[in-house]
Amino acid sequence: MEDKLILGGHEFTSRFILGSGKYNLKLIQAAVEQGGAEIITLALRRANTRESENILDFIPKGVTLLPNTSGARNADEAVRIARLSREMGCGDFVKVEIMHDAKYLLPDNYETVKATEVLAKEGFIVLPYMYPDLNVARDLQNAGAAAVMPLAAPIGSNQGLATKAFIQILIDEIDLPIIVDAGIGKPSQACEAMEMGAAAIMANTAIATAGDVPAMAAAFRKAIEAGRSAYLTGMGRVLARGGSASDPLTGFLR
Amino acid sequence: MSEKSEQLYEENQVYYVDSDTLPPQALARKHRLEQDPSSRTDHMAYMPGMEIIDSDVKDKVVAAMNDFDYSVYTARDVERALSHERCSIEDFKALLSPAAAPFLERMARRAELETRNHFGNTVYIFTPIYIANYCQNYCIYCGFNCYNNIRRKRLSFEEIEHEMKVIAATGMEEILMLTGESRTYSDIAYIGEAVKIARRYFRNIGIEIYPCNTDEYRYLHECGVDYVTVFQETYNSDKYETLHLLGHKRVWPYRFDAQERALRAGMRGAGFSALLGLDDFRKDAFASALHVWYLNRKYPHAELSLSCPRLRPIINNDRINPRDVGEKELCQVLCAYRIFLPYVGITVSSRESKSFRDGIAKICATKVSAGVSTGIGDHEEKYGGDESGDAGDEQFEISDSRSIGAMYADMERGGLQPVLNDYIYV
Repeated sequence: MEDKLILGGHEFTSRFILGSGKYNLKLIQAAVEQGGAEIITLALRRANTRESENILDFIPKGVTLLPNTSGARNADEAVRIARLSREMGCGDFVKVEIMHDAKYLLPDNYETVKATEVLAKEGFIVLPYMYPDLNVARDLQNAGAAAVMPLAAPIGSNQGLATKAFIQILIDEIDLPIIVDAGIGKPSQACEAMEMGAAAIMANTAIATAGDVPAMAAAFRKAIEAGRSAYLTGMGRVLARGGSASDPLTGFLR
Repeated sequence: MSEKSEQLYEENQVYYVDSDTLPPQALARKHRLEQDPSSRTDHMAYMPGMEIIDSDVKDKVVAAMNDFDYSVYTARDVERALSHERCSIEDFKALLSPAAAPFLERMARRAELETRNHFGNTVYIFTPIYIANYCQNYCIYCGFNCYNNIRRKRLSFEEIEHEMKVIAATGMEEILMLTGESRTYSDIAYIGEAVKIARRYFRNIGIEIYPCNTDEYRYLHECGVDYVTVFQETYNSDKYETLHLLGHKRVWPYRFDAQERALRAGMRGAGFSALLGLDDFRKDAFASALHVWYLNRKYPHAELSLSCPRLRPIINNDRINPRDVGEKELCQVLCAYRIFLPYVGITVSSRESKSFRDGIAKICATKVSAGVSTGIGDHEEKYGGDESGDAGDEQFEISDSRSIGAMYADMERGGLQPVLNDYIYV
């Protein structure tokens, strides 16, 4: 059976979601190709522009757009931005991003659940960006989210899986794809998240600030594929996650 | 005159200019204001109509600034500050101190890292437009001051629309609308209408006008403004008093709280700065950043930004003056801002040279102006070479006259991603 990522009924082969902000628009095509990405996020506020440098013109055909609601400070604003995105022809996917914090850009989980509920009812395929809290993830699932996007670390921080233990809980407990978003600074961290069972990785700053953007996109693709293969194969003797000793502890039982 | 006010009078001599066209009565009043502190109003007392908000930010900033003695910091303190992952207020003081001067390259490297982590490679481009230069204040260092004989102008709505069209045709999407500080000639209703016109041509609108009350900011927000910039000029209210001799602007505390009123009115962001060089620039830079820091804690959603206007050191002045801000000092201040406040926007205006702006954009600036005219109604003249107009005079001369196209290309060449709009009005 082919290994597919399924989001709102849409199938994807790639498990690498590429951000489009923070770097030269002319590099997007090469980054998509080298990264093998089939989904690219897009801040609607960046697409809200006239002809001269519309980011939409730089996104290769055939790639699924994942518009985000960055700039929204509450559920109401996120809903309005999502609707605008649909009107502008950006499709039904939406990544809900609600930030009430300009310093760390941490998502507001409470407002995110509210917006997810409204948008899912309106037929959007909603991928909410959230702080990895199990209760909130369950609320998001009940609200109709198509996936959950927990942050690994503060956005742009390149700190890697700072919230690892909590993301693992989401992976174990939530019946939706868990897409690790924000804070992934290098391919090895992306690989680690995939080994844990994350469904996909979203990265932006790590690639945008690399010396060679397309080459870093390629490195991420390989790391994500490697992590995914390892996860599917079943990790070897990792005692912490239930590996078995060769000499059974219960061998004395008759 | 007391000894202190005499000293301040001497210090400010360089700014006093008597226009030939002033009537004798006006000239006499001007001189009295300059020479006799008792002829001036209390700069700490609110004038009628000025809203007073309940906020302790002012007191906190002033207390911290008064307490800041940059002479005590040593190279070791700077080393320690740079070794910390997060920059504390104490670290920031060390980075602003003269002891940090030899560490400028290291500070720049650290600042660059913080900028890239937070903003990626993006740099925003905007242009200012002055729609009126009438002013009812006497700020002795400013070309728009009410005693200065300049061509005054306030654009009509038709003229504003025309200017907007000319600017928008260059591809610009973000505009900063400015006026002189006259509630008579550029009242809120006039500015509101001007903003509504701008909405038709631009995505992102900021204003830099006189400080307003909350309800006025709310009205302007409804008209389409989301960003408000107010420069405090100097955080040293005693010095401020000797520079702003007449008019609403004289009231220091009302100005201080402007950003907070704007944020309470629903504005998305606010801009800050002292005019570095008016007073001790290290203390003013410290207070500016701390003003931002406190407002971030109080209004965590607000998008805050710092600018860095400066008075250039006077040439042939061989005395070392704590007010003198050269390019190195300015660079040090901006790097310190970035390390202390990684999330804050930093705007560098066309008052700085091309080489400085190209360099600083790689380190820590996140926004630059282009296609700038500080005159009134002369964009067509500037952009198209049409010199038939009756434009109003300029507030100050600019150093970097690059067009939007040239700025865009230069930023791209420097490895940055110029962005014309990253904003949506909701």
